[in-house]
Amino acid sequence: MKVDMKVNGRAVSGEVEGRTLLVDFIRQTLRLTGTHVGCDTSQCGACTIHMNGEPVKSCSVLAVECEGAEITTIEGMANADGSLSTMQAAFQEHHGLQCGFCTPGMVMAATALLKENPSPSEAEIRHHLEGNICRCTGYHNIIKAVQAASGQDVQPVAAE
Amino acid sequence: MAGAQLGPAASIGIEKMYDFEFDRPTSIQAAVDSLKTEEALAFSGGQTLMPTMKQRLAMPSKVVSLSAIEEMKGVRVEGSELWIGGATTHATVMRETAESYPAISSLAGRIGDPSVRSRGTIGGSVANNDPSACYPAGTLASKGVIVTDRREIPADEFFQGMFMTALEEGEIVTAVKMQIPDAAHYAKFIQPASRFPLTAVFVARYGDGVRVAVTGASESGVFRWTEAEEALSGNFSAEAVDGLATPDGSGMISDLHGTGDYRAHLVKVMTKRAVAAC
Repeated sequence: MKVDMKVNGRAVSGEVEGRTLLVDFIRQTLRLTGTHVGCDTSQCGACTIHMNGEPVKSCSVLAVECEGAEITTIEGMANADGSLSTMQAAFQEHHGLQCGFCTPGMVMAATALLKENPSPSEAEIRHHLEGNICRCTGYHNIIKAVQAASGQDVQPVAAE
Repeated sequence: MAGAQLGPAASIGIEKMYDFEFDRPTSIQAAVDSLKTEEALAFSGGQTLMPTMKQRLAMPSKVVSLSAIEEMKGVRVEGSELWIGGATTHATVMRETAESYPAISSLAGRIGDPSVRSRGTIGGSVANNDPSACYPAGTLASKGVIVTDRREIPADEFFQGMFMTALEEGEIVTAVKMQIPDAAHYAKFIQPASRFPLTAVFVARYGDGVRVAVTGASESGVFRWTEAEEALSGNFSAEAVDGLATPDGSGMISDLHGTGDYRAHLVKVMTKRAVAAC
């Protein structure tokens, strides 16, 4: 079947099967490989993208369900001039990544949080990122990056 | 590398899911008709069904998506009754019941994680009746009524055991209705890896009595702890729960996260916490 959607502001259409996962449409048909597949069982959050402004795990959404949807992937996060978004720059500044595999999903999830809650507490940030697993950082620097991106002072986080 | 265009990585993507026919009707009637096909299955947010299908634990020959049925979406308050469309996501319920029924808003806002809440729906949750799901407890405690394409079923009759409901073949949950209580709280002891409740208790206080619904504990799925309801209807305080015997742990779920006796203990503890927070 044919599916039409808008991805990072660009109208795209493609042939998919009913079973085609959104993440496979993004990575293999559109060749946008910034969205990662970690677990493929909707546990890890590496494949998080925005669908109509809300975070979703693209490994757990069928591409055909996105007919007419607006999709944003990590490739759509940079500013128009190509510079890093505030969230991306904060991850860089505060060392919110090590291997970087989970980072696209982390940035998408964290960006969605600030849209709903522009000034979250540390506890709220941790609660919101529960669906995104990072095996390197121990999360502290990710929390700091989100605090910084929200314009708040970066506090020494719990357990430090 | 030559031939790298659609190598093994591409085919892995397809093989994760076996093939099925897909339909996305836009009305309840069209969905009911579509589900008459043999081995057709209703698909709501898919946050349980997608992983289940990847593992081949469910293999419908036809998937009927309910996500394009506008008449099954939204939240309405009519007097003391809350109406939630079956295809309404947890995120929407969280936002739109914050004023009218804060305990249900809080329950919805703690299901899974934000991405799950963007897709998962109340209709899917009650139809699946996972023994550890949150909505069955909130619905049962809130004098819920499950509205389907053909009838209305009181929650007390709808939930019939682990993954068992009163739904017939091809019957769709189109809405869930709840009675908004005078006070309520959902006390959830979280299993941190899955973010399902290890055990959770929803307490709702009405003018004519108290309802206490427990999820995550019994091998028979969500249930009402009637001894606590009686005690709390006379004296709505955590102390009233203290005097009760701990529920029998023999029919409780035992797994690597906790024994049946541990869950039985949690039932009492979480009931007290819910009452204290009301």
